[in-house]
Amino acid sequence: MTDNEHEIEQPDERVPKRVIGTPPPGTSMLGTVEAPRAEEEVPGVTLQDEAKARKAEKIVALCFVITFLAAIAFIISYVVFQVGSPEATGASNLALGSSLTVAILSLAIGIVIWVRQIMPKYSLVQERHLMVSDEEDRGVVGRTFVEGANESGFVKRKLLRRTLLLGAAPLGLIPLVLLRDLDNTKMPGSQFNKLLRHTVWGEKTKEGKPLRLVVEGTGQPIRAADFNSPGGILSVVPEGYEHDLNALAKATLILIKFRPEELKSGVRQNWTHDGIVAYSKICTHVGCPAALYEQNTHHILCPCHQSTFDAADGAKVIFGPAARPLPQLPITVDAEGYLVAQGDFEVPVGPSYWERGDAEAEARAKGGQA
Amino acid sequence: MIRTTAWRRHPLARYAVLILALALVGMVYAAFVQAGKPADAALAAGKVDDVAEGKSLFVQHCSSCHGMNAEGTSTAPTLVGVGAAAVDFQMSTGRMPAGAPGPQAPRKPLPEWVDETKIRQISAYVQSLGGGPQVPAAEQVDPKLGDAGKGGELFRANCIQCHNWAGAGGALTQGKYAPNLNSATPTQIYEAMVTGPQAMPVFNDTTITPEEKRSMIAYITQVREQKDPGGFGLGRIGPVTEGLVAWIVGLSALALAAIWITAKKRQKS
Repeated sequence: MTDNEHEIEQPDERVPKRVIGTPPPGTSMLGTVEAPRAEEEVPGVTLQDEAKARKAEKIVALCFVITFLAAIAFIISYVVFQVGSPEATGASNLALGSSLTVAILSLAIGIVIWVRQIMPKYSLVQERHLMVSDEEDRGVVGRTFVEGANESGFVKRKLLRRTLLLGAAPLGLIPLVLLRDLDNTKMPGSQFNKLLRHTVWGEKTKEGKPLRLVVEGTGQPIRAADFNSPGGILSVVPEGYEHDLNALAKATLILIKFRPEELKSGVRQNWTHDGIVAYSKICTHVGCPAALYEQNTHHILCPCHQSTFDAADGAKVIFGPAARPLPQLPITVDAEGYLVAQGDFEVPVGPSYWERGDAEAEARAKGGQA
Repeated sequence: MIRTTAWRRHPLARYAVLILALALVGMVYAAFVQAGKPADAALAAGKVDDVAEGKSLFVQHCSSCHGMNAEGTSTAPTLVGVGAAAVDFQMSTGRMPAGAPGPQAPRKPLPEWVDETKIRQISAYVQSLGGGPQVPAAEQVDPKLGDAGKGGELFRANCIQCHNWAGAGGALTQGKYAPNLNSATPTQIYEAMVTGPQAMPVFNDTTITPEEKRSMIAYITQVREQKDPGGFGLGRIGPVTEGLVAWIVGLSALALAAIWITAKKRQKS
């Protein structure tokens, strides 16, 4: 491009005359290397010491060579390490990841050293100016506006003006209509409030019997006499819904066996059977599965935000961000001795939502104690 | 020599020294943790003379906390009815005799006087007091006879909330924790499920059958032998360590890099 290749060896001694990015007139884009003017002091520009710059140059060159080698290594390892088994995939990932890391990292390090140790240093001062336009410009704009208003006839021609305003008025109302319909609780067919309120525990089997509690993972119904070790816990799902994830998202339970003397007043005694209590597994904070149960302290801990519930006292909150106890499910046994649900939860399970209101207060008003 | 001095005064030198020291401490700690794997103790049911021998051992080593007749005191619970499985679990993992009071007795190397015979004798004595779960037979806990797939399903439903999906353990409330399952033997895993040691709930044989327990043991032993494809397992405790590493290592590295890139050279005058 230029005939200056022979001078490219000393580009470091070049002193730009102007701000970065604006080459002085008459220079090509790559920059004509000017005659060495190391002695000349330009205000705000500090040149690098040539001896140090040469040393840095070698380091940068080394970095770039490492990049070259690592990039070649990446290509080679892509070919050499074939994926398939977990071990082979692991080796391939390790080789590809580390070679690419080394390549890009040494490239970056090289560029930073280049900038810091070889390029000249600038101290730039940029003045701030008033942002307002001058008097003359503002006068022109004002006059043009008034002139335009008069020429358009907006003031003189009343019919045009009035029909324009008439047409614009309903256009302005459209957002109001649309925003109003954001309240979709009033919309016909909107079921989500009801869906959040109820779980499948309120339903019956085909024979009209209440749903049995079955062990999560095996699907076995639980005989109350079998779940007889105090300090025991089971993860429980409703019979017939073992694999219905939408139903389980709300209906999953933890079933805990207590010694009768351990139960405190917070537990609804007529909703338990022989020291067996069922709580919703869904944390009332943001809905994580809260099932870390300590049998010696009766704490139920939620792993997400450390909400802690006292299982022996109606799962009331003793620590953490949850605002309400885990709802207790009324349970009993059927004629064959298996644990069944008496009905649905009295209050919605899981985290709060707008339409939930104070469900506990409503339940109390109906005669419950929740 | 002059070069070394120059390196020592380099602005990044103290970071390097700090990282070096931390790495050293970590390696020493890891070396200590690796030491001392507890002996496996799969025991048969006790005999009559075991009971007598066990009673004298119990009076000697256990009665100061658990009472002369294992009736329990204010510091330790009664052992009537806990069964031989509970004694075998607690003693073979080194949790009992407890070293010091605390929120939870940790797994530790066995004291010198404890061996398989002594554990069997004390187990037999405690079993004679009020029954309880027995030490399982070897065939009952053989991972090879279990269905790891089915066991994984049960493990995920009942265990991972505390012990993590790979059995790496996790924190509980007030200083308690669910230990990792990496050094637990199949027998110890079974005993823990049926006896519910410390904070752990009980999973009795009538709700989770012995076959299902064996499948869970198969899953646990299989998962902990798996390699980590694609690099470091980071203890396999999931996003916690990954986040910690990203924050402490990754962000500090980025911060140091940013400082280095933008640092102004000191003016030499």
